[in-house]
Amino acid sequence: MAVQRSGESSYQIEGVYLGQTAAVVGPKEGEGPLADWFDRIWPDEGTRYPSYEKAEQALLSEAESIALDKSNMTWSDVDVVVGGDLLDQLITTNFDARSHSRPMLGVFSACASFTEGLALASLILGQGGPSTALVTAASHHLSAERQFRFPLELGYQRSPTASWTATASGVAVLSTRRSDLRIDSLTIGRVLDWGSHDPNDMASAMAPAAVDTMVRHLEAMGETQAHYDAIVTGDLGRFGLTLAQHLAAEEYHVSLGEKLQDCGEMLYDIQQQDVHNGGSGPGCSAGVFSGYFAENLRSGRLHRILLVATGALFSPKSYQQGESIPGIAHAIAITRQEEGQ
Amino acid sequence: MGIDVRNKVNPDRIRRFQDYANRIRPQKTVGINLAWAFLVGGAISLFGQGVMWAFEHEGFSSQAAATPTSIVLVGMGALLTGLGWYDRIVKRGGMGGSLPITGFANAIVAPAMEYRSEGLVLGIGAKLFTVAGPVLVYGMAMAFLVGVARYLLGTS
Repeated sequence: MAVQRSGESSYQIEGVYLGQTAAVVGPKEGEGPLADWFDRIWPDEGTRYPSYEKAEQALLSEAESIALDKSNMTWSDVDVVVGGDLLDQLITTNFDARSHSRPMLGVFSACASFTEGLALASLILGQGGPSTALVTAASHHLSAERQFRFPLELGYQRSPTASWTATASGVAVLSTRRSDLRIDSLTIGRVLDWGSHDPNDMASAMAPAAVDTMVRHLEAMGETQAHYDAIVTGDLGRFGLTLAQHLAAEEYHVSLGEKLQDCGEMLYDIQQQDVHNGGSGPGCSAGVFSGYFAENLRSGRLHRILLVATGALFSPKSYQQGESIPGIAHAIAITRQEEGQ
Repeated sequence: MGIDVRNKVNPDRIRRFQDYANRIRPQKTVGINLAWAFLVGGAISLFGQGVMWAFEHEGFSSQAAATPTSIVLVGMGALLTGLGWYDRIVKRGGMGGSLPITGFANAIVAPAMEYRSEGLVLGIGAKLFTVAGPVLVYGMAMAFLVGVARYLLGTS
């Protein structure tokens, strides 16, 4: 185990592995193109729970149970849980934690919370702290609508750049126990504010942070985009992908091309499912990574990816008061260990 | 408080990025939206007119028919909101769905349904007017100003 700093905020990690992962999603996500990759698809948005906040907690706790089952572990094997969500005071993560009662680190980087969790867990595991961590993130479309937008039954029109908060949760087991997938390196993002003001266009607010983190990661590691099978952002959506590609090419001379993918763009059939710019929310990157990307790394179809989840750091109050919207992105590189390595 | 200082980024780079974003940002389809607003708002108004004629047919004077007509339309808006359909009407019709009195009913009933999980007092009671509140506040303020103007001008 070791952690080696490289550049301003990039770290090479040795001896930390990605174990099992689990993703549980809502019905709309289950109708999307990635349906086959999720561990469980809810038949409805959780109407059996007394509130959508409780439904979100259940979404998270189901994914945790599945991840532990797959790993043949019980809660007592988990040394620390690192998790985040979108709701005020992290009630999803913290209220779920009162049922498992394991040591808990709550994190918030909005929709980048999952990679913040992975990065933080990798750093502490890599320095001989805990040896097994559960990294979690969850979001629920309807609880997010309640907090950030309007009452659910109020009619209004979404703008074309608006994103659709995903009902999804993703859980990953990180461990110092050797497995096929290795945490390779990570970069802790910095908050960038390029003056975007529209909460219905988070892509413009997050794209600069995504590109900044990506470019700093590649520079610090002495790599190019060719070292990765895919560079995956969290929820830039269709518009944000175009912005990020343009920004990287024009300002940083990094041509990302087809390598650049986005969890929010992949989660839905954007035309058919009427989600405008694509999916968002902490559960978006967590679910798509834990379902689709982790499985593709395990099967060997992908060998190395850079996950760069993106977060727009605003609150309903901040934009009503006229504040611009800062963005953040944390990056984590995961590599498949080939035979004999 | 310039953003260039906050981020230690070349302001030209930010300006170039925002210019590009503004250029390629997907825009609302204003023409289609206007047409839908006209159709949906027109359909609701037509329905309201039909209700009004029905009351007149029952012997109400045209002035007296206005009140029960409003009650029927508000009831319809509330019912459709409760059934979860009104938001779909507005999604298509935009202001054509929000502006008629049925939309006002939607703006009251939606928070009532929404905040019941937070209780009768701090939930429904405190938040019933989160959406319709501005309409009431500025509507009453304007009514007051018009009333004062009318009084000062001495017309009755």
